Amino acid sequence: MLRREGLAKLSGRERYVDDLPIDGCLWGATVRSPSPRGRITGIRFGTGVQWSDFVVVDHRDIPGPNEVKLIETDQPVLAAGYVRHMHEPVVLVAHPSRDMVRRAVREVEVIVAPDPPALDFRVTPAPETIQYKTDNVLKHLTIKKGDVERALAAAPVVVEGVYETGAQEHVYLEMQGMLAYLDGDTLVVTGSMQCPYYVLTALTHALGRTADQVRVIHAPTGGGFGGKEEFPNGVALHASLLALKSGRPVKLVYDRSEDMVATTKRHPSRVRHRTGVDRDGRLLAQDIEVVIDGGAYVTLSPVVLSRAIIHAAGPYSCENVRIDGRAMFTNAVPFGAFRGFGAPQSQFATERHMDIIANRLGMDPVELRHRNLIRDGQDTATGQVIRAGVDAATLLDRAVGLSEYRHKQRAHATFNATHPTLRRGVGIATFFHGAGFTGSGEVQLKSKVQVAGHPDGTVEVLTASTEMGQGTTTIFAQLASERLDYDPDDVIIAPPDTSRVPNSGPTVASRTAMLVGLLVERACDDLRDRVSDRHLAGADLREAIRAWHQANPGQTLVGEAVYVPPPGIAWDEVAYRGDAYPTFAWAAYVAEVEVDLRTYGIRVIDFVAVQEVGKVLNPTLARGQIQGGVVQAIGWALMEECAWRDGAMANGQLTNYIIPTSGDVPPIRVDFVEVPFAHGARGAKGIGELPMDGPAPAVVNAVAAAVGAEPRAIPLTPERLMAELAT
Amino acid sequence: MSTATATIPIVFVLNGEETEVEVNPADRLLDLLRYTLALPGTKEGCGEGECGACTVYLNGLPVNSCLVPAYQVRGCRVETVESLDPADLRPLLESGATQCGACTSGVAMTACWIHDHPEILETHSLAELMAGNLCRCTGYDGILKGIEAGLESRDRLGGGPEA
Repeated sequence: MLRREGLAKLSGRERYVDDLPIDGCLWGATVRSPSPRGRITGIRFGTGVQWSDFVVVDHRDIPGPNEVKLIETDQPVLAAGYVRHMHEPVVLVAHPSRDMVRRAVREVEVIVAPDPPALDFRVTPAPETIQYKTDNVLKHLTIKKGDVERALAAAPVVVEGVYETGAQEHVYLEMQGMLAYLDGDTLVVTGSMQCPYYVLTALTHALGRTADQVRVIHAPTGGGFGGKEEFPNGVALHASLLALKSGRPVKLVYDRSEDMVATTKRHPSRVRHRTGVDRDGRLLAQDIEVVIDGGAYVTLSPVVLSRAIIHAAGPYSCENVRIDGRAMFTNAVPFGAFRGFGAPQSQFATERHMDIIANRLGMDPVELRHRNLIRDGQDTATGQVIRAGVDAATLLDRAVGLSEYRHKQRAHATFNATHPTLRRGVGIATFFHGAGFTGSGEVQLKSKVQVAGHPDGTVEVLTASTEMGQGTTTIFAQLASERLDYDPDDVIIAPPDTSRVPNSGPTVASRTAMLVGLLVERACDDLRDRVSDRHLAGADLREAIRAWHQANPGQTLVGEAVYVPPPGIAWDEVAYRGDAYPTFAWAAYVAEVEVDLRTYGIRVIDFVAVQEVGKVLNPTLARGQIQGGVVQAIGWALMEECAWRDGAMANGQLTNYIIPTSGDVPPIRVDFVEVPFAHGARGAKGIGELPMDGPAPAVVNAVAAAVGAEPRAIPLTPERLMAELAT
Repeated sequence: MSTATATIPIVFVLNGEETEVEVNPADRLLDLLRYTLALPGTKEGCGEGECGACTVYLNGLPVNSCLVPAYQVRGCRVETVESLDPADLRPLLESGATQCGACTSGVAMTACWIHDHPEILETHSLAELMAGNLCRCTGYDGILKGIEAGLESRDRLGGGPEA
């Protein structure tokens, strides 16, 4: 099926929040902290604007607790006397003119008496910078399996390495934006978001309203990648506070620069590996320490850390594993959800480390992986027994074949020996990604989906799952129409509106097609059961739905499904043991690069992505997910560098924060191995995040092969590679 | 300081129709189109000419409308994404050229311009020509394949007033 809203988007007819014409609308804007940490000693309103023309909001205008409710409630909606990071929201202003509101922001001076900030998550914090508990550790998690110390002591070879990854800005092309207004007594908020029910929870909590006094409506969203998972909660609160105080609709839309400097990014990481191997390359012990920078508030860092450590041992079988993870408080702008959610960071380290182990042993990287990849019946670091139905080794062989890896290695040896300035190399990464919420997360979510049958015989799928480009709308329409044998035009996908749709959970964690899609199918079945028997489909079902409404005039006909975990899943949250995810997607990627020794520029000249994601529901959408994820990860690996000043991005412009263009990447060659997953919609597993995990190590492994160095930090910019080769 | 600003009256041809409008001297062409003339198909992605989301045709050439002062289009011809026929864009739909859509109207404008000026491919590669339109979703392959398919069929993609 073609993307449902595709032509509307191509022809500019899709209406995003900033496109909605609203009568009497005010423009909102945010005044932010100029300092990473300190006491606000004054707020000075300049004389450059007529303040009586403006609506001004500060923390005293918040009806409920001054807290952005998420995992914790430590983050204020608006700073109240103290700031903990640059660009922290302090004051809000609104005015009918966009120009005037921007001018007003410049007229407000927030005066801060500075306290010493914690700005480097990699070092033990100085006592005067402790701001969270006794040690600035936001979360500490460990995984233990076997006896690592004993195995390391007995191992013939021990290989150590420290690996670092930088922050990454999402650069969704549509900036953060929200519109808030009052409809009678109901506060209505619409805008760019991944998770309407997260926004609803944040609004009811801080505004002291009940859920029926607030309505959150998802607007078409121009990209999220995790950046619109939790951050929109604050934007929605800010727009709402201005709307409540002014009594008028308020639009709060960031420009690119504000969006880059003030919003969440991918957590920077530092990962240390100490690995025991035998002479044949078999992994005997993996001792891994993962540290991530959480920034100034807890946000989602505990769960990002959780996913990071669960993936940190890679898709390998090893009997002795110890993984120690810490998320650190710093006075940086808080880091948050970003596609992959910690797994790209920890698997970058694992996959670079595997190549370095191979080098130490004089072994081929493919062969080293072959010896250690998990086979069905073996278990992960948390003791989850894998029954994938396909060996990751099969994917590796396929990727090696499709990429002509062996042939390229030989050709590169000749090329590199003779070319005066260019060096070529190929690199591999094998990796996995857990689909859905971690551990008992899905059970706690209790996701619910409804499918309504309307009097005209059409059906409507009601979920809170959002379309942000990844294809939710198309996939749900496809699943429902196939399940009911309906013309897709007779399947309506309800816009996520918390006053109408049940909570099908957040649109995150590669869970939507697999888990919510399965609920869509089951709700279709339930609808059928309610009108007749399960075997009715197509025109007969349409007729039965019409007949039901004739027999039950004025009533609503709704099929429903609620999440039930697949049988045999067990997770111990305390010991961090058991089935971390309902299932994993698996992949083997091969990158080919060319390095110019004059400029240290690195070009990816070929890329092969082989993965097993269960059944592919829609080949065009699935290929797009993989290609887009790979290119986003290539950007993270090679060019996307956040320059930091006082814990904030100093290069908040697309002029000097560089993301890949069409000229920077080859066509990403995508190959799927399909093994239907029994507990996903039509056999699907999660797909969205997987392609973020593998490209960075594959590309850097290729660079290492090309130039004979061992880079361990990304982004591997020309500057960083030059420094690497100079040492 | 006064909050009132004197406007500048201009006349220009917008999507084939002569248009008279008072422009705020501080407005960019992007603002004029989106907020004064109610044509929100043209998107803002960066505001500094890097991303191409706001691409329109100015006297027949693709430009970033965020870099053009609105008053400068006096007497010019401007075409926006609203001038495209959705039916012509099917090759891009079929190839997976759009995901979130925020870059897409700019992509469609550049794509259609290339389609209507295929001679430029004698001196530039398609990947090079599309490098001024950033996309964060597709990895670009779907975009390039769609344009290629349109170039092969010739009768679809573009065909705006300047074709």
